[in-house]
Amino acid sequence: MLKIENLHARVEGKDILKGLSLTVKPGEVHAIMGPNGAGKSTLGNVLSGRDGYEVTEGSVVFEGRDLLALEPEERAAAGVFLAFQYPVEIPGVNNTYFLRAALNAQRKQRSEAELDSMQFLKLVREKLKIMQISDELLHRAVNEGFSGGEKKRNEIFQMAVLEPKLAILDETDSGLDIDALKQVAQGVNALRSPERAFLVITHYQRLLDYIEPDFVHVLADGRIVESGDKTLALKLEEHGYAWVAERDPAPAAGARA
Amino acid sequence: MSQSPASLPFIEGLRDAANLRLPGSGHAWLDAARRENLEAFVAAGLPDTRAEAWKYTTLRALGQRRFALGDAAAAKHAVDPHTLVLPGVEGPRLVFVNGVFRADLSRLDALPAGLTLQPLSQVLERDPEPLRFALSRHYRETGDVFAQLNAAMAGEGVVLRVAAGARIGKPVQLCFVGAPAQGELAWHVRNVIELGEGAQLNLVEHHLATTQNKHLGTLVGDIVVHDGAQLQHVLLQSAAEESTLIRRSSLRLGAKSQAALYALELGGALVRHDLHAELRGDGARIDTRGVFVLRGRQHVDTQLSIRHQALDTASESVWRGVADERSRGVFRGAIVVAEGADGSDASLSNKNLLLSALAEIDTKPELEIYADEVKAAHGATVGQLDERAMFYLRSRGLPQAEARALLTAAFCRAVFAALPNETLRDHFSHALIAHLP
Repeated sequence: MLKIENLHARVEGKDILKGLSLTVKPGEVHAIMGPNGAGKSTLGNVLSGRDGYEVTEGSVVFEGRDLLALEPEERAAAGVFLAFQYPVEIPGVNNTYFLRAALNAQRKQRSEAELDSMQFLKLVREKLKIMQISDELLHRAVNEGFSGGEKKRNEIFQMAVLEPKLAILDETDSGLDIDALKQVAQGVNALRSPERAFLVITHYQRLLDYIEPDFVHVLADGRIVESGDKTLALKLEEHGYAWVAERDPAPAAGARA
Repeated sequence: MSQSPASLPFIEGLRDAANLRLPGSGHAWLDAARRENLEAFVAAGLPDTRAEAWKYTTLRALGQRRFALGDAAAAKHAVDPHTLVLPGVEGPRLVFVNGVFRADLSRLDALPAGLTLQPLSQVLERDPEPLRFALSRHYRETGDVFAQLNAAMAGEGVVLRVAAGARIGKPVQLCFVGAPAQGELAWHVRNVIELGEGAQLNLVEHHLATTQNKHLGTLVGDIVVHDGAQLQHVLLQSAAEESTLIRRSSLRLGAKSQAALYALELGGALVRHDLHAELRGDGARIDTRGVFVLRGRQHVDTQLSIRHQALDTASESVWRGVADERSRGVFRGAIVVAEGADGSDASLSNKNLLLSALAEIDTKPELEIYADEVKAAHGATVGQLDERAMFYLRSRGLPQAEARALLTAAFCRAVFAALPNETLRDHFSHALIAHLP
C-alpha cells in the first residue's frame, strides 16, 4: 500500500529526514516512535503534502502512485488522512458543512456521486456512534473553542466519515488526559479493518497500550534505526531512546517490515 | 488642489450641460441651484490626491474621459425582468436604466398604506416645491464635488416617504441598471427618502448591468429618519466591471431612531461610496456593515463618517475588505463624538484580506471624542489567508480554489450574520463566492 524508500527531506534549509524507508501493507498498524527532533512530524507532513517541506531524495509510492507528485487534496482523495497534532480552528466555517464539502470534494475527484444533505446526515449519524462526539460540536465552527480532547476526537470523527485507506496519526496523544486518550483510542480501534492501515506517530508508549501496533519503529536523526513488534515500545519505555542509539547506531535493516 | 479644470475632457464634456432641459427646468429656484452647482463644479474641477478625501483614489484617468450627457434610447433598452429579481425580496420596485425611470420594469401598483414612492422626474414635472429644501443644496462646505455635479445634473431618482407610524412589511427595491449606450454615458440620480416618526422601512438598493458598459453613475441620497423610526438599507452593488459609480448617502437620525446598513460591493472599475450619518436625536443608533470583494484592477473606496451629536447615541460599524489580483481597496472610517454627546457608544472594526501580492488595501480608522462617559473602540487589520487553515482544508480533500472561497466567505461572515433576511443572506454569500477569481 505504502512504500517509502530512502526518503530525504529538508525544512527551512535543514535536513530532517535522512534516508527513511518503510513499507506498510493494508490492515497493518505501524507505530513510529522517537525522541523530539527525530523527524516524526516531518514524516507526517511530507506524506500529506504540506508546503515548506522539500524532498531532496527518495520516493513514496502509495497504491502504485507517486504520492509526492500529488497535491494535498489529491492525496486525500487517494485515501491518505492526516490527524493533526494541532487541529486548526477555522472560525466562520461550520463543522458539518466543512465535512460534507470535504467528503463530496473527495468523491468528485474519485468520480463518485456526491452525497445530498439527507444522505450525508445519515452517514454522520452512523459515524457518531463510533466516535463519542456531541451533536453540538458538529454545529459549531471547525474546532473553534474546542477543548484539546474535543479537537482530537473531531479529527478521528472526520477520519470515520472520510474513510481513508491510510491514516496518519500525528502525536494524537499529546495534550490528552487518560480518559480522553482512551476515547480517542477506542475510536481508532473501531476503524481498524483489513483494508485500512495506520501510521501512529508518537513520543510516548502510553498510546500504544490502547492502540496495539503490529510493528514499532524507532526514528532517530531522520532514519529508522530499529524495528520490532510491540515489545520494542515497552523496552523503549523502560530504557529510554538513548538505549537504541547506544545499542545500534547504524540504520536498521529491519526497517522494511 | 486640482487638475487645470477647463482643459480637462471631463469638464469640456459639460460645456452644453447648462442648456440641457432636465425635469423641473423652468422653476427659477431649481434652475438657479443647478446652474450654481454646475458653475462651482466646473470652476473647481476634479480633486487630486493632495485632497485628504481623495488621497488613495486618483481621478486622473476619469478626468481624461468625456461622457455623454444623456441616453436618448434609455427608455427602450431591453432588460430581462428576471435579472431584477433578488431572492427574498418581493415588494414594490422602482427601476432605472442608464439613469432613466422605467415604468414598464417597475412595480408600483398596490403600494401599501403609508408608502409614497415616485420617480423624481414625475415629482419635478408636477410640483417640485416640496423638494425645494433638499434640491437647493450647495456642497461648498462639504467639498464634495460629485454631489455638486449631481445637484447640477440629476433630474431623476427616487422620492420615497413613509408616513408616521406606518410599517412597510415588504422590502422596497430600487434597481439601477446599466445598459450599453452610444458611447460612454454619465447618469445622475438623486434620492430623497424620509421616514416619519415611528415608521419602518426595508430598502434594497441593487446596482446591476445588462452587459458590459463604461458609464459613470452618480447617486446622492438624502435620508431622514425621524424620531423612533427604523430603516434597514441593503445595498448589493454588482455594477458593470468597467463602470464608475460614485455614491453618497447622507443620513439624519432623530431620537431613538435606528438605521442599519448592509453593503456588498462587487462590481465597478472605480467605485466610491461616501456614507455620512448624523445621530441627531438622543438614543439614536446606526449599524453599518459592509464588504467589498475585488478582483482584476477594481478600485473601491469606502468613506464612512458618523457623527454622534446627541446623548446616548450608538454606532457599530463592521467592515471587511477582500482584494485579489491587482485590485485596490480603500477604507476610511471616521467617527466623531461631539461635545455634549455624553454616554455615546461607538465601535468600528475594519478587517481586510489580501489574496494576492499585487493587491493593495489602505485602511484608516479615525476616532475623535469630545464628550464624556463615552465607550469607543476601533481597530483595523490587513492580513492574508491563514496558511495553516488552507492546508487543513486541502488535507481533507478540498481543492485550493474551494478552500480559498470557503475561508474568504467565512472571513466576511461577521458582516452579514446579522442580516435578518435569511434568503437574501444566502444570496449574498453565493454572490460573494462567485465573484472570487
